[in-house]
Formats: sequence, C-alpha cells, structure tokens
Amino acid sequence: MSDADASGASDGDGSGAFGAAIERGEDVPLLTGSGEYTDDISLRGTTHLAIRRSDHAHARIESIDTSDAEAMEGVLAVFTGEDVVESGVPNTIPTAWDLPGLVQPQYRMLATDKVRHEGTPVAAVVAETRHAASDALEHIHVEYEELEHVTDPVDAVERDVPPVHDEAEDNVAFDFELGDADATDEAFADADRVASVDLRQPRLIPNAMEPRAALADWEEATGKLRLWMTSQNPHLHRMLLSAGTLGLPENKIQVIAPEVGGGFGSKIYHYPDEAVTAWCSMQLGRPVKWQATRSESYLTDCHGRDHVTTGEIALDDDGTIRGVRVETHAGLGAQLSQFGTATPSYLYATVLSGQYTIPAIHCRVVGAFTNTTPVDAYRGAGRAEGIYVIERLVDVAARELEMDPAELRRRNLVPPDEFPYESAAALVYDSGEYERAMDLALEHVDYEELRERQRELRDEGRYIGIGIGSFIESAGLSPSGLAGDLGAQAGGWESSIVRFDSTGSVTVLAGTADQGQGHRTTYAQVAAEELGVSVDDVTVVEGDTDRIPQGMGTYGSRSASVGGGSIARGAREVREKARRIAAHQLETSVDDIEFDDGEFHVAGAPDRSLHIQTIAHEAYLGHDLPEGMDPGLEETNFYDPENFTYPFGTHVAVVEVEPETGEIEIERYVAVDDCGEIINPMIVEGQVHGGIAQGIGAALYEGAAYDDDGHLRTRRMDEYVVPHATQLPDFETDNTVTPSPHNPIGVKGVGESATIAAAPTIVSAVADALEPFGVDHLDMPITPESVWRATGGDN
Amino acid sequence: MSEHNISVTVNGTHHELTVEPRTLLVSALREELGYTGANVGCETGRCGACTVRVDGETIKSCTRFAVQSDGAEIETVEGLADDGELSTLQEQFQENHGLQCGYCTPGMLMSADTFLRENEDPSREEIRDAIEGNLCRCTGYHNIVDAIEATADQLGEQR
Ligand code: FES
Ligand code: FES
Repeated sequence: MSDADASGASDGDGSGAFGAAIERGEDVPLLTGSGEYTDDISLRGTTHLAIRRSDHAHARIESIDTSDAEAMEGVLAVFTGEDVVESGVPNTIPTAWDLPGLVQPQYRMLATDKVRHEGTPVAAVVAETRHAASDALEHIHVEYEELEHVTDPVDAVERDVPPVHDEAEDNVAFDFELGDADATDEAFADADRVASVDLRQPRLIPNAMEPRAALADWEEATGKLRLWMTSQNPHLHRMLLSAGTLGLPENKIQVIAPEVGGGFGSKIYHYPDEAVTAWCSMQLGRPVKWQATRSESYLTDCHGRDHVTTGEIALDDDGTIRGVRVETHAGLGAQLSQFGTATPSYLYATVLSGQYTIPAIHCRVVGAFTNTTPVDAYRGAGRAEGIYVIERLVDVAARELEMDPAELRRRNLVPPDEFPYESAAALVYDSGEYERAMDLALEHVDYEELRERQRELRDEGRYIGIGIGSFIESAGLSPSGLAGDLGAQAGGWESSIVRFDSTGSVTVLAGTADQGQGHRTTYAQVAAEELGVSVDDVTVVEGDTDRIPQGMGTYGSRSASVGGGSIARGAREVREKARRIAAHQLETSVDDIEFDDGEFHVAGAPDRSLHIQTIAHEAYLGHDLPEGMDPGLEETNFYDPENFTYPFGTHVAVVEVEPETGEIEIERYVAVDDCGEIINPMIVEGQVHGGIAQGIGAALYEGAAYDDDGHLRTRRMDEYVVPHATQLPDFETDNTVTPSPHNPIGVKGVGESATIAAAPTIVSAVADALEPFGVDHLDMPITPESVWRATGGDN
Repeated sequence: MSEHNISVTVNGTHHELTVEPRTLLVSALREELGYTGANVGCETGRCGACTVRVDGETIKSCTRFAVQSDGAEIETVEGLADDGELSTLQEQFQENHGLQCGYCTPGMLMSADTFLRENEDPSREEIRDAIEGNLCRCTGYHNIVDAIEATADQLGEQR
C-alpha cells in the first residue's frame, strides 16, 4: 500500500512510506521463536541470582544469618545489605523528579535497617544453578521486629501510625497544589450547581507478559559492565546505575535491552534487583542472571494508580462548567520510584481540564508513603487518573442537570479556533478538533437511536448503558526546559543517528527502546519517507547503549513524536547534505536541485539527476565533494520538543447490565482516536486495541489489594485478573487526523490514549445502565458483586 | 539429587538428556535443549506462554516435569515454519498484526495451530474460547482472533 497523500506532514518526497499499513519487520523472529529475550541469552559460566525478600510489610531487621545458605551445594555467595554498603558503591536508587518540599528518604539496593513493604530485597544468593539459588533462599535466617504497618494512603497520613520513614513523620512525601484556589472558590460560589464524586482508583499491576530480568557480565580486566535487561530506557538505566548506584563511569557500562516482552511503564524504572544482579557480577567476576518469577513481578514491579479522590464540579444551569476542584491522596508505596513523584502531581493535575474550557481549576495532591510496593507510572500514568476524574465529574453533573451527557460535553468542548488553548491547569494544548472526533464516535453507535432503544429496553426491564469517554493526553514527554522547571532530573529530548551506509542502505540508531510498539517498522517508514528510499533499505537499531550513543527511552507516548521527530530532523539534514553534493556534481546551484522519490534533479532538466543512494556512495568515496565538505553521510540529532503533544478522542461503550446477577456484557466498544498524523495505521490500531484492553481490565477486572497483615492479596495470576480473550469484546476503531503543529512530522503519539479513555468509558456505561437504580458512580473494578450491591441486591 | 536420563523428540529431532526429577518440561526445553521459543510468564499454568504440543496435544509445559515426557514427541513454535517458510498461521499473525511484544506469541500459535486442526470453520467466539488459556497483555486479542479466523478461511480455500 502506498499513499503519498497520506503523508501530509512530511516534506520528504515520495517514497510513500509514511502512512502505509506496512507489516512489521520485527515479526518473523518473534513468530518463529528465534527472537531473544533476556532470559534466552546465556553466557559461558552464567550463575544465577535469587533474591530473599521480606515477607513482612514493615519490620526492623534484627539479624540475618546466611551461614546455612552459604554452606549449600552449588551456592557461590550470599550477600546482605551490609555487604553492599561495605563494598563502597554509592548504593542509591535515585529519584528522577523533585517536587517542592519533597521528602527523599534513603533507598538502597538491599535493605539494611528496615523492610518497608512485603517483597523488599534483604539478601541475594548466587549459585551455579537456578534451583540451587532458590533452594538456598529459605536457609537464610532473618530475624525481624515487626512494626505496625499502613497500606492505605489516607490512613497513612490521617491515622496515628508509625512512619514508613522517620524523615516523614506524618508519611507525607509531598503536598502538591496546582491551579488557582481563590478563583476556584469564587467560581464555585457563583455557579448555579455543584456536583461531586468520591472515588478510588485502585492499584494496578502492569503485568507485562515477560517478567523483569537481567544478565550482568563484569569484566575485571577492562572494568566494564555489560548488562542485558528488560528496559524501556537503556540510557536512563546506564545513567542511574553510573551516577546513583554502582559509581562506575558511564562509558564503562553497556546496557542492552534485547527483545522486551511488554513494559507498560514497569520496565522504565531503576529497581534494586537489576542493580544487585550487576553488583553480584562485580563481586564474583562471573556472569550473573536474575529472572523474576511472576510473584516477584507482582510484589516488586511498580504498581500504578492508588488514588483516593474527592472531585467537585461547578456549573451553570445551562451546563457551562465554571470550575473544578480536586483533592487526592496518592499512595506512593514504600519508596520513591523514579517518576513516582511526577506521576500523581504534574502528570495528573495538569489534565483535569480534559477537553473542556474550564475557567478555574484547583487540585491538591498529598503524596503518601505506605508499606506497599512503590507506585509509579503505568500506561496512562497520571493522565489516566486525571481524565478519569474529570470524566466522572462530567457524567455526574449531567445526571444532576438532567442533561444528556454527550450534550453537556459538547457545550464545553474547547472549540477548534481556540488553539493553542491554555488551560487553567497550566498546559497549552497544541491542536484539537474535539467535536469532530466525538461526533464520529456517536455516529458509529447511532447515538440518538441507541438512546431510544435504551428507553424501550428499560420498559422491558433490561438495562443497557451508553458510556462516553472524551479525553486528552499530554504526550510526547517532554520539553526539557519545562520539565526541568517542574522538577525533572533528566532531559526530555530524544536522540538518533541517521546514516547512509556507503552502498546506499540506511541505518537509523534510535535512543528509544521498543517493547512491542514496532519502532523498527515505523521509524524505517519515517526515514524512508524523508530520504526517498524504500522501507526495506532502512534498518533501525535500538536498545544498546554502546551502539546508540544517547537516548531517553520509551515512555509517556513519546517514541513516535519525539523519537520519530528526531529521526525526521536528522534525515532532513542528511538529505540537505546530499543535495549539496548533488548540486556540486551536477554543476548547478543548490537552489536549482529538486528532490523527488529519492532522485535529485536539476530543475527543468529531469534527465540530469543523481539518486540519493548514488550520492551516499560519493559521500564516502570523497573524491568529488564540494569544497570544504567533510566526507560521509550521517547526522546525529537531538530533538527537544517545544511542547507536549495532545492526542485526543472519544470512546463510546454500550453495555448491558443484568442487575440480578450483576453481570456486565460489553455489546460494543467504539474508539475514535486522533493521534495526529499516522505513520502506520495498522500499528496505531494495535496500540489502540491493547490500550482499550488495559482500560477495560482496570474498569472491570483488575485491582491489587492488601490484606490486614499488609500482604499483597493479589499475588498470582488467578488472584489478579489479566483479561482473557473471552473477557474482551471485538473493538471498533476509527481516527480523525489533526496534526500537531509543532511536531516535525505532525504526530501526537498513541501509546497510552486508549487506556486513558477506556476506563472512564466503561464506568460511564455501567453507571448509565444503572441510572434507574439511582447509581451514579461505582468504583473500579466494577464486579458483579458491586453491581448487585449497588442495585440493592443485598438488602 | 538423583538424576534421570530421558529421551524426547523435539520437532522431529531426537534428544537424550539428564534432568533432575523436579526439572519442568519448559526448563528442559529452554535451558537444556535450547528451544527458547516457549516462554515463561508465570510457571503456574496461568498464562500459556509456555504452551507446546506433546504427542499431539497442547499442554502448558510449566505444568509438567521433564521426566513425565520421557519418550514423547514434542512440537514447539520453532517447528511451525517449514524450512524457513512461515506457516499460514504465522503469516496471518504478521498480516493481521496479531503480535506486539511477541512474548505470548509462541504459546498462542501452538494453541491456535492445534485448535485449527480440529475446527475448520470456527466462529470468533469459538476462537476466543480456544485461546482463553493464553494471556496477551499487548494486543487486546482482537487481531489475534482476526489472524486465526483468516487462517481458517485460507486453509478452507486450500482444501
Ligand atoms: S509459564 Fe506456563 S502457563 Fe505461564
Ligand atoms: S504480544 Fe505481548 S503479550 Fe501478547
């Protein structure tokens, strides 16, 4: 399929690669079993690491006796936190986002004083085999003095409980505010009506199908560490390992992310376990491998969400929204993960305006330490929680005003001529056609007719619900200067190298790292379009810090926009250099050279031309280049976006709820997404599908819970439901295209959109179905039991 | 620990190996014999990433000890392509974008492949039932169902 017109955003000429539904080049190794994930890689003499974890939520370590374990056959060494301290490495797992007044407690690789959540690493066993290592775990004797624990973020700050960290006596890590409190109070005082909702957004466990893993190989002779790991951002891991944890120079650490089996945020973070793997290899001088079990994933992969919120919305009788006020307690877990502070603050409060013109917004977030697994960004991260709040508020307000929820939304949408739109929550939206996307979604379900059918069915005692979720996302993290002002400890740029090889093929080295998104295909499409070569001529390399000099990685729906933007800009530089060589060899001025489908030709003399791949050869020959030009044809680009990008859309779900049994059936799920220009529609659709699945999962099935002892109750796959094929419907997807005006290729990103949209859409649908029962909100996950209770089944 | 000598045939190749009684079939395949196509997502029979075919039936290879498979004929994802040529099912997974990270894919393919041997013209619902034991966190299943449906259609045309 080739449709050059679809590539309105590109100035490249004519390969038609941009916008085509090209099959993925990465598929064949994955389909035949030859693709290599971390655990598939073995080095000669590989040893195996198993980690002893605390089974208490909160306890003081009194003693650790490793002697029995050490004496076991096949065991090479057993290390405790004291051993790490004695080794003299910096031993810090650093936070990557500061906030005003943030309490930043010590976070070490292995605990030395206290354990603060179930699963805290306390000792490490290295053995010749996996079995020997895990067998030895139970022969490590740890004595604890148990302490009272707290797992709920509200209890943590409001009840009189012992602090998780002595530095934060009240368990408050930060107390964050955004927006204008006075203006918001005034708006509420002036408005005709106020509606409110109390809600919880439960902890979610990302559940990438591949559990985290690492293989470390320390070479004493050169002082070099090679570390294969399940990483979404190898360069970030390299930096944090160097500066915070191991103290090795950055140029002595090579982080390699081979095939990575999903991430969804969980593989962004610098965890103790991978660092311990590397440290153990440095102690023993042998390769060390660690492969998490699924229960270790449940206990240690950063969880998402965990918000307890009161939201209020003020409106006039005609439906005009006047203000929004939100107060949230966000559970951060026992330690500050890298972006654990940014996620519930800036990534959350800033999207509370949603798609609407809201003159006054105020949000306060209390970030609380709890004796639980650290919480950080999970697909949707902050934006998902914020959009959930505003969408629930709009629905509840519609009910209050007895207005159709689509109509209430429509009255408040930011109109197309208001862009760039500066929201009261401190963002400047780049572009949007919100009503167009909403209309398209409503058209797909035949909204008016559906409402009619709903009324008829209600008369027959059947309850269908129509749910609407309109969202924006601040994607494409992030303009470095802005992020720095807000507390980021890292840049938001992305880097790439676009290189013509001397025989005309193209190599793209990209600083992002794929976990299933298909970068090797979409990036090739971007480069091919700009350079006028075939996609098959482009090879994309990612995930190796020794091959790709710099990068920030893949998270926050940034790869297509920031990574793709960098590649496009680099490719344009390459093309311009090639143009100068062409002009020189065709003996004309640069301005007279036109570029079309890979061919440079002299304006008005189409037969005098040179193909860009021929020029690549010339560039490396270096025999006949313009005066003063260096040989070679490649460009290193650092692209720092000038703003976030703002994907948006409206999803609509139709559900039928059976009040007697509480069963919920999704009849239809329609997603209209606008992610700006589309590089590959097949891949965009795939991202939307997967996103919807995770949003539906959150709405109906998932949710982690702790028991009274502070133990994770949902620690296995039969206790934490990852949706099965039979639990999800077919999806209907469509797109509108509103390019991002500031992105080099007009894209906005699509990785998280559908997850953000789907949870509020489903909850909206179920609440709509239950309107006759006076139910205006149910907390996620909405189970048959919660429906049954809400509809009065239990009395 | 006592060890056992067993022999298995994997994708037509005969192997002899020595395993501990507790070695899982999936570990034997991956670590002893180098068939790393089957993946481990849970080791408790819940995710299906380790699905292979043993004597014609799909099983989750983390739910069985290697010694229990002594003498068995095992088929793994590595055996689906014929001399480098993808099977129809594999092709359809690519064409329909039925995989993203690929971690669930080897197990998903083995379940689907077995299912299609016995069900020539399945409905989407039957397909969903057939892969219920194979979890995928990336795709939302829609495209996987499309791929399996398209395979059935194509195989039907060839018959
Ligand atoms: S690894 Fe066997 S079912 Fe999950
Ligand atoms: S493709 Fe990633 S789990 Fe299925």
